[in-house]
Amino acid sequence: MSALLEFWSTLPDYARATVWILIVTVAVILSVAFTTLWERKVIGWIQLRKGPNRVGSLFGFVPGIFQPFADVIKLLLKEVVIPSASNKWLFRVAPAITLVPAFAAWAVMPLDPALVIADIDAGLLYLLSLTSVGVYGVILAGWAANSKYAFLGAMRSAAQVVAYEIAMGFALVGVVMAAGTLNLGDIVRAQEGGVGNWFLVWLFPLFVVYVIAGVAETNRAPFDVAEGESEIVAGFHVEYSGIAFALFFLAEYANMILISALTAVFFLGGWLSPFEGLLARDNPLAAPGFHWLFLKLFFFLTCFMWYRATFPRYRYDQIMRLGWKVLIPVTLVWIAAEALMSWFDIGPWST
Amino acid sequence: MFVQLLFYGFSAILIAAALGVIVARNPVYSALSLVLAFFTSAALWLLIEAEFLAIVLVLVYVGAVMVLFLFVVMMLDINVEEIKRGFTRYAWLGWLVSTVVIAQMAAVYGLRNFGVDASITVARSPADHSNTRELGEVLYTQYVYPFELAAVLLLVAIVAAIALTMRRRPGLKPQDVAKQVAVRRQDRVRLVKGVRAEGVSPEGEGRGEAP
Repeated sequence: MSALLEFWSTLPDYARATVWILIVTVAVILSVAFTTLWERKVIGWIQLRKGPNRVGSLFGFVPGIFQPFADVIKLLLKEVVIPSASNKWLFRVAPAITLVPAFAAWAVMPLDPALVIADIDAGLLYLLSLTSVGVYGVILAGWAANSKYAFLGAMRSAAQVVAYEIAMGFALVGVVMAAGTLNLGDIVRAQEGGVGNWFLVWLFPLFVVYVIAGVAETNRAPFDVAEGESEIVAGFHVEYSGIAFALFFLAEYANMILISALTAVFFLGGWLSPFEGLLARDNPLAAPGFHWLFLKLFFFLTCFMWYRATFPRYRYDQIMRLGWKVLIPVTLVWIAAEALMSWFDIGPWST
Repeated sequence: MFVQLLFYGFSAILIAAALGVIVARNPVYSALSLVLAFFTSAALWLLIEAEFLAIVLVLVYVGAVMVLFLFVVMMLDINVEEIKRGFTRYAWLGWLVSTVVIAQMAAVYGLRNFGVDASITVARSPADHSNTRELGEVLYTQYVYPFELAAVLLLVAIVAAIALTMRRRPGLKPQDVAKQVAVRRQDRVRLVKGVRAEGVSPEGEGRGEAP
C-alpha cells in the first residue's frame, strides 16, 4: 500500500488527473446503473409493488441487484434503427452531445475537503454553461429524427430549459452573493460552522426555487412534457432504440445525480458534517468528508423518484407560468432581501 | 510550444466554422457552425487566461442565444435556392465590403504600433490572480455608468419586444389563473338528493331505479 502511494506521488499532474477523471466517470456510470434500480424499487414500494426482484441477489438479500446489468446487456444487443428520412449524422451525434456535459460537469465538483479534479475560480459559471449546452442534444435529436412527435418534444424541451435556466441562475446569484466566490469548494467552506450557517437556512426561498428548477432542467416528472408519453409517445427520443436510447437515459440520470450533488453543495454545505459545532471537535461524526455529501446527494436523488411517483404531470402552459411568473419573481425578491441583510450585517456571511 | 500548437489548431477550427456559417446549404448547419465558432473562440480566450470571459461567452451565446436561434431556424421553412437568386446581383457589394474589411485589418496589423509584436508583451498575472474579481471591480466602479446604461438599453429592448408581440387579436381565450385557482367545489358541483319515485315502497320492486 505504501509502495503504491509512493508511486502515486511520483506521477506527473496530468497522469494523476487522468486517473481521477477515470475513477469519477466510472463511479458516475455505476451510480446511474444502480439509480435506475433504486428508482424502480422506490416507486414499487410507493405503489405497493416489489419492483424488480428476479435478476440476482446478494446472499439472499436485495433481490434484483443485477437488474441494471441485465438491462444494459439487453440494450447493447438491440438493433439501432436509424430512420431513413432522418439527418443521419446529427441523429448519431445528438446522444453524445447530451452525454458529454453531464459527465464533464463533475470536473469542478468538490467531493471532499481535499479532492476536486479541477479547482477553478469560475467553477459555478463553468457548471451553468455546461448544463445549458446539454439541451443541444435534445433539440438536435428531435430535429434530426424527422418525426413530428420528436420535434414537438424538442421544442417543448428547449422552451422549458431556457425558461428555468433563468430561475436557476438567479437562485445561484443568491448563493454567490452569500459566499462571495464562484469557486465551488469555497462556497462549501463559506457554510462552515454548523447547520445554522448552511445557505438552506438563510436562502430558503432560493433553495426551493433551485430544487424545482433542477427537476425541470433534467426533464423529470412532473416537468417531463418533453417526453410526455400520453401526448407525444416518447418525445425527443421516440426514434431512438438500443444503445442510442441508453445514452439519453444515461445522460438523464447522470444529470439527476449532478443536480442532487449541486443542491447539497450550494445549500446543504456539501461535504460538511451536520453535527459540526454540536459535537466535540475530535468526534468522528463531526468530521467533514465525502460520506456527508453522499448522504445529502442520496436524499435529493430519492426525492426525484418521490416526485415522480407523487405528482401528476404539469400542463405545458402551467410550466411556463410557474417558471416565468412565480419562480423568477421569488428569486428577485429574495436577492433584494439578501442584499438588505448583508447591508445591515444580518446573517453568517457578514463577518 | 504546446500552447502555440493549441492556438493554431483552434484557429483553424474557428476559421473553418466561420466559413461553415456562410457556406452551409442547410440553415441548421449554419447555426451549428456558429455554435462551434463560439466554442473555439472561447477556447482561444482560455489560452490568453481570460477564463471568465470565455465561460460567459459559452454560457450566454451558446447556452441561451444560439438555442433560441436554432429553435427559430428549425421552425422556418427556408428555401435556399430562392434566397440565393439575388447573389450575383449583389456580389460586387460583397466584394467591396470584404476588401475594405481586409484592408482595415491589414492596416492595423501591419503598423508597428498596433502590430502583433506590440500586443504580446502583456505582463503575465500570478497564479492566484482572480480574473472575475478584477473584472467586477473595474465594471462596478470605473465603468458603472456605461454598465447601467447597457442594462437600461436591454430593458427597453425587452419592453419593446413584448409591446410589439402583445397586440390585441380577436377570438383569443386567455385563461384567468387566479379565477381558476379560486374555484370552490360549490361553484362546479351540485349534489342532488336521490328522489324516489312515488308510490313505490323502499322494499318494493322499483328500488334503486332513477326517478
